[in-house]
Amino acid sequence: MNKIELEHVSYVYGPGTPFEKKALDDVTLGIRAGCITGVIGHTGSGKSTMMQLLNGLSAPTDGRVLLDGYDINGTPEQLFDQLRDLPEFRGLSRRALKKAVKAEIIKRRRALCFRVGLVMQYPEYQLFEESVSRDIAFGPQNMGLDEEEIKARVLEAAKFTGISPELLEKSPFDLSGGQKRRVALAGVIAMRPEVLVLDEPAAGLDPQGRDFIFEGISRYQKETGTTVLIVSHSMEDMARYCDDMIVMANGRLLMQGGCKEVFARISELSKVGLDIPQITQLIALLRERGLEIPADIYTVEDAVAAVRRALEGRKEERA
Amino acid sequence: MKGVAFGQYYAAESPIHRLDPRAKVIMAILYIVCTFLCKNLAGFIALVASALLLTLFSKIPLRLILRSLRPILVIIIFTSIINVFMTRGEVLLTPESWKIKIYAEGLWNALFMILRISILIIGTGIFLTYTTTPIALTDALEYLLSPLKVFKAPVHDFAMMMTIALRFIPTLTEETEKIMNAQKARGADFTTGSLIKRAKALIPILIPLFVSAFNRAFDLASAMECRCYHGGKGRTRLNVLHYRAVDFVAMMLVVAFGVGLFFLNRYGFGYTLS
Repeated sequence: MNKIELEHVSYVYGPGTPFEKKALDDVTLGIRAGCITGVIGHTGSGKSTMMQLLNGLSAPTDGRVLLDGYDINGTPEQLFDQLRDLPEFRGLSRRALKKAVKAEIIKRRRALCFRVGLVMQYPEYQLFEESVSRDIAFGPQNMGLDEEEIKARVLEAAKFTGISPELLEKSPFDLSGGQKRRVALAGVIAMRPEVLVLDEPAAGLDPQGRDFIFEGISRYQKETGTTVLIVSHSMEDMARYCDDMIVMANGRLLMQGGCKEVFARISELSKVGLDIPQITQLIALLRERGLEIPADIYTVEDAVAAVRRALEGRKEERA
Repeated sequence: MKGVAFGQYYAAESPIHRLDPRAKVIMAILYIVCTFLCKNLAGFIALVASALLLTLFSKIPLRLILRSLRPILVIIIFTSIINVFMTRGEVLLTPESWKIKIYAEGLWNALFMILRISILIIGTGIFLTYTTTPIALTDALEYLLSPLKVFKAPVHDFAMMMTIALRFIPTLTEETEKIMNAQKARGADFTTGSLIKRAKALIPILIPLFVSAFNRAFDLASAMECRCYHGGKGRTRLNVLHYRAVDFVAMMLVVAFGVGLFFLNRYGFGYTLS
């Protein structure tokens, strides 16, 4: 089942000015619930713009964004028929129903950023509180939760992102870049969103920090079953952690599907300047030299196993 | 970058764009003097005509020029209302019995005031902000103020500060937008609640903004020191400004316009300001 659907979505920056730019052009796609979906594309391909549409920060110039089949930017008139049949509205007079539906829509709109948690690019810029734990608590506080619940959520989010308890009482400005990034991530996770959207979560981090972030996200996804969207440049990370992939080019959807399906279309990917993972390139070279291994290998672990199998096969042939 | 029309350079190829920035600063000052020289209807017609001509020459869309008036709209409306109601004259327009008295002179004064303020803003916009890059502008100011160095005024430092400040306005605006979006994504609410609540809601924006502005300042300072920057003494320029004949001609034209206005004040027609 699709958690999020985009229907013919377009987005134009600065319409009617000399700086007018079409960032998204008629994009239609679906994002499966409970999966990690990777979004790749070059700078300026419309990835980040698309991410900001998902939690209602901006509304598309054209088209609809559906969350669980519900148009997140719909007007009361458009949504009336969809909401009138909800069980809690049964038995109301027409007038009371109209009022209740309107209130429900406003409530949903406010709750939207808690349901779709967005972690922006370089999110360490958003830290402001005097201690790490208070900064993580900012989101849950805005949700209006009680003290105890907030505390529990802060600890849980800290656990997922690998923030140790002694860090929680430090000032966020005393942390290293990688630690700050994890605090910012925890700040969104603490809201327990149904959909977690991450815009280049590992940009500018060293390999270790990068693995740490991705491992944390992966673990969090497995334990909670959240729908996760990750924007990234790195094909290696995508191949390793994602179930599905979306490829964007020049504001349009180029491909969508499982990782293997997408990587199988190498020539199309290279046409828009995207690379397949390095390990897959290496495998292709090995196959050219006559090693009998399958072509659809995208992670180092799989490659090691496949090469070992192939070499053992050769040994047996010789024996 | 929305809503920051004033102070936006408009890239185009026009005779005014090509003038020396120092000449343009001088011309802007002369033009401001011209707007205050106008005393009667004929003068103001000439002034409006000159503003339209300048717009045409500068190749800036009229829409953009009118937009530069938006920030001072309140001032324009306020002063014209005061002029309409407070001016005493001879030709009474409202019936004798009314408490509020409006005189024809008041309407004329208001009209002239509107024209004067608008054209003052439009003129400086055309000569300075629209056709001159901020960097060229501060360069020009540094040249023009350099006589003050005799009195140990830190002219170069001042110009450098201006340059840096101007350079970082768009950067910081962009950053503010980014931080606002990030906090909105965490459920921050800037639009509802009491005044105190809304002021408090700004903290999550201001703190990250200050932190990053300071970090930028430190980075920029080290980058400048790495290139051995140590102020204006003995410093040569990459782009040395040169006056050309056309710059002098342009300045003389503005002066001639001013002289013309002076004569129009004497021999012109229409309502005359007292």
